[in-house]
Amino acid sequence: MTATADDISTYLKNRARWSPLEIAFWIFAFATIWLFPGKYLIMKDTAILALFALSLDLILGYAGIISLGQAAFFGLAGYFSGLVAKYGLIDEPVIALICAGLVAAALGLVTSFLVLRGTDLTRLMVTLGVSLMLGEVANRYSDLTGGADGLQGVTIAPLFGLFRFDLYGHNGYVYCLIVLFVCFVIARRIVYSPFGLSLRSLKGNSLRASAIGIPVKWRLVAIYTISAFFAGIAGALLTQTTAFCSLDVFSLERSADLLLVLIIGGTGYLYGGLVGAVIYKFLQDWIATLTPQYWQFWIGLVLVVIVLVGRERVERRIAALRTAMANIVARILPRHTALGDAASDGR
Amino acid sequence: MPILETIGLEKRFGGIVAAHDVSLSVEKGARHALIGPNGAGKTTVINLLSGVLKPTAGRIMLEGRDITGVAPHERVRLGMARTFQINQLFLDLTPLETIGLAVSERLGAGSDWWRLVGSKSTVTEEIGEIVERFRLADVMHERTAILPYGKQRLLEIALAFACRPRVLLLDEPAAGVPEAERHELLATIAALPKEVTVLLIEHDMDLVFSFADRISVLVNGALFVDGAPEEVARDPRVKAVYLGEELDA
Amino acid sequence: MLTILFDGVAYGMLLFVLACGLSVTLGLMNFINLAHGSFAMVGGYCTVIVVNRLGVPFVLGLPIAFLVSALIGGLLERTLYVHVYARPHLDQVLFTIGLVFMSVAAVDYVMGSSQQFVQIPEALQGQFNVFGVGMGKYRLLIIVVCGLLTVALQLMLTKTRFGSRLRAAVDDHRVARGLGINVGAVFGITFAVGSGLAGLGGALGAEILGLDPTFPLKYMIYFLIVVTVGGTSSITGPFVASILLGISDVAGKYYVPKLGAFVIYAIMIVVLIWRPQGLFARSTAR
Repeated sequence: MTATADDISTYLKNRARWSPLEIAFWIFAFATIWLFPGKYLIMKDTAILALFALSLDLILGYAGIISLGQAAFFGLAGYFSGLVAKYGLIDEPVIALICAGLVAAALGLVTSFLVLRGTDLTRLMVTLGVSLMLGEVANRYSDLTGGADGLQGVTIAPLFGLFRFDLYGHNGYVYCLIVLFVCFVIARRIVYSPFGLSLRSLKGNSLRASAIGIPVKWRLVAIYTISAFFAGIAGALLTQTTAFCSLDVFSLERSADLLLVLIIGGTGYLYGGLVGAVIYKFLQDWIATLTPQYWQFWIGLVLVVIVLVGRERVERRIAALRTAMANIVARILPRHTALGDAASDGR
Repeated sequence: MPILETIGLEKRFGGIVAAHDVSLSVEKGARHALIGPNGAGKTTVINLLSGVLKPTAGRIMLEGRDITGVAPHERVRLGMARTFQINQLFLDLTPLETIGLAVSERLGAGSDWWRLVGSKSTVTEEIGEIVERFRLADVMHERTAILPYGKQRLLEIALAFACRPRVLLLDEPAAGVPEAERHELLATIAALPKEVTVLLIEHDMDLVFSFADRISVLVNGALFVDGAPEEVARDPRVKAVYLGEELDA
Repeated sequence: MLTILFDGVAYGMLLFVLACGLSVTLGLMNFINLAHGSFAMVGGYCTVIVVNRLGVPFVLGLPIAFLVSALIGGLLERTLYVHVYARPHLDQVLFTIGLVFMSVAAVDYVMGSSQQFVQIPEALQGQFNVFGVGMGKYRLLIIVVCGLLTVALQLMLTKTRFGSRLRAAVDDHRVARGLGINVGAVFGITFAVGSGLAGLGGALGAEILGLDPTFPLKYMIYFLIVVTVGGTSSITGPFVASILLGISDVAGKYYVPKLGAFVIYAIMIVVLIWRPQGLFARSTAR
């Protein structure tokens, strides 16, 4: 190998290596199981939201697809997992979880062609439309879904026959956290693969991507389907750990909150959804103690302010923060390079 | 048999005829230049050849195979790649990632979502080779957006080259490149391997006459003159077209 | 069945009046205003307060709704919206969703979350029976008012100077500016009128559509469907789209109640697949 090829190989391998910051993040995440025993319920919600946001980051941050319809996959899988548990079709939660994810992925595959065509506006409309449409269907078939009252009478069997999901939330949280981690590892692998690299090229310049032999349409279909799978897993987790599912899983509010999470956390580096979810939940908890009923008002205000201030400015601040942290790490441990990501700011 | 051939190629946009009865024939290993005044339709021809535009009539044959209805990304797999007159690059990727992407795609790893980029040594060796050839080694870790224009132009060609095409279409490769960076660019183009057939659109006559072994002149969407460089240079009609003089009777 | 047709047309025309402002804003400023429904809601609540609590006659309540919504719209446009025009669509969507959330919560706080009803005068209650077809008097009023408004809009667009300035600005606002047309003023007036119309529609529609703080969220998708299906380059596009949607929705809910609004969503998706730029849009994409 020439000197250059050696250099390239090392660089690429290093890029994909888990940085100390990442390792610390996950150690801390798992440590919360023991650190905050009273907060299982909110941490569980955060983990689910994080996974949901991760699914959107895959299509928005890496492939550039704007979607207001992730709630469709979230809700479909949510109802699916609730129904199979209620009617005893699939007892083992993990199997039900995976099946729910696959069902959501199937919906993603079928609707993927809708996001291939048209402008950003069309994509927003169509994705939102599918999500609201499913909500309408769930509303109509209320004898099956429970309609506005939600799905009642769901009992979730113990995980592996051993771990029951209780009201206290300990098992539920551990379950969600492990599923989040597994999904994250898979997503990370995807992002650092040649496939993941091609997604970033689609986002940057799809004309050129097809001019170097990339079948643009099929890549978009693939990532949209994968993203639907993850969103579905998140939805099923919610149903399984709360033994309940209601129509608001399909709502516009859920999709809008998701976008807000990604704006806060940043897109294109995989941790945006996770970081954003944590901050969002903090915000929500804090504001809820101040004005429990009118939380929506403050969320709306935050959205308006962020846009007026300038999303890029917010994103740049976040990106600068990340680079600063990475530089600190690099100084402590000079061998490790910064977190490889899609939104690199130059080195 | 010519490696690339168009037969009666025609492109209309509503009432405007951008290309009319263009029958071009490019021999294997040729250094074929396509020249003509502005607006003659040269980029249209390249867009038709690469599949970005669909012809209104006519056929395109690549290595004897009719590719008129083939999608752009498929044509790359069949051995034809192109560059763009205005750089079409991936601004957030580095040259290393950009070339790496093209090489992975070509070697069939593009849909591989499990293996890490950089784990296959065949890929990394080839990336290294291309980076060296196109003199991008010193900038290969920089974001494309901040590269100097000359380097971007080199990357533009490197990217097309990374597809290992048998036919390479270059759309005004020297356009906009500052004098100081031209030499590097022209030397790189001249050093392209003999097996790669090159069809070049250019305005820079020095480049055309030093590089090409055959020249086609396109005027108002139609082929005007087609022949060896000396013939074309001597042809008074060509001079007239470029300088706007009246054609001799 | 003719009653259904009648009801569907009334519903459709109401949708048109509600949505036409959105259509023009989108076509004119390439701006997605998801908060359009909030202006409708404001108009509706305005009429409720004015007619129910202040005893103003219903006939006056309608123009008051128009004026209040138009004023608020104009104000917001000059102070807030103008900063967001040049932003990418995603930002616009987030911005207007934020406004929706704020307006919904604010109205909930001030007026409570229960559904409000406008006191309709005696003369408008009940039905006419024409050749065996039952025509609700209120719905007839809707058709008449909306029909007049549509004609007025069309006339304004085609016969007045403002109308031609507006059409020029929609077509290409950079060129329009170059011709000396005060595009900023055109935007402002158009936005205000569009919001005013939405307010009027909200007031008229309170009886039929139901007025509560979640109105903007519930009906936003309907307005968006009208705009996407009808396109943004004319009045006729959204008009035809609204009527079509109105009839389909009413007929759908009557004949196949299990599916309900599903029909509308399905139509939207089918249309968008077939023609991503809407049924009536020009082929030149923006």
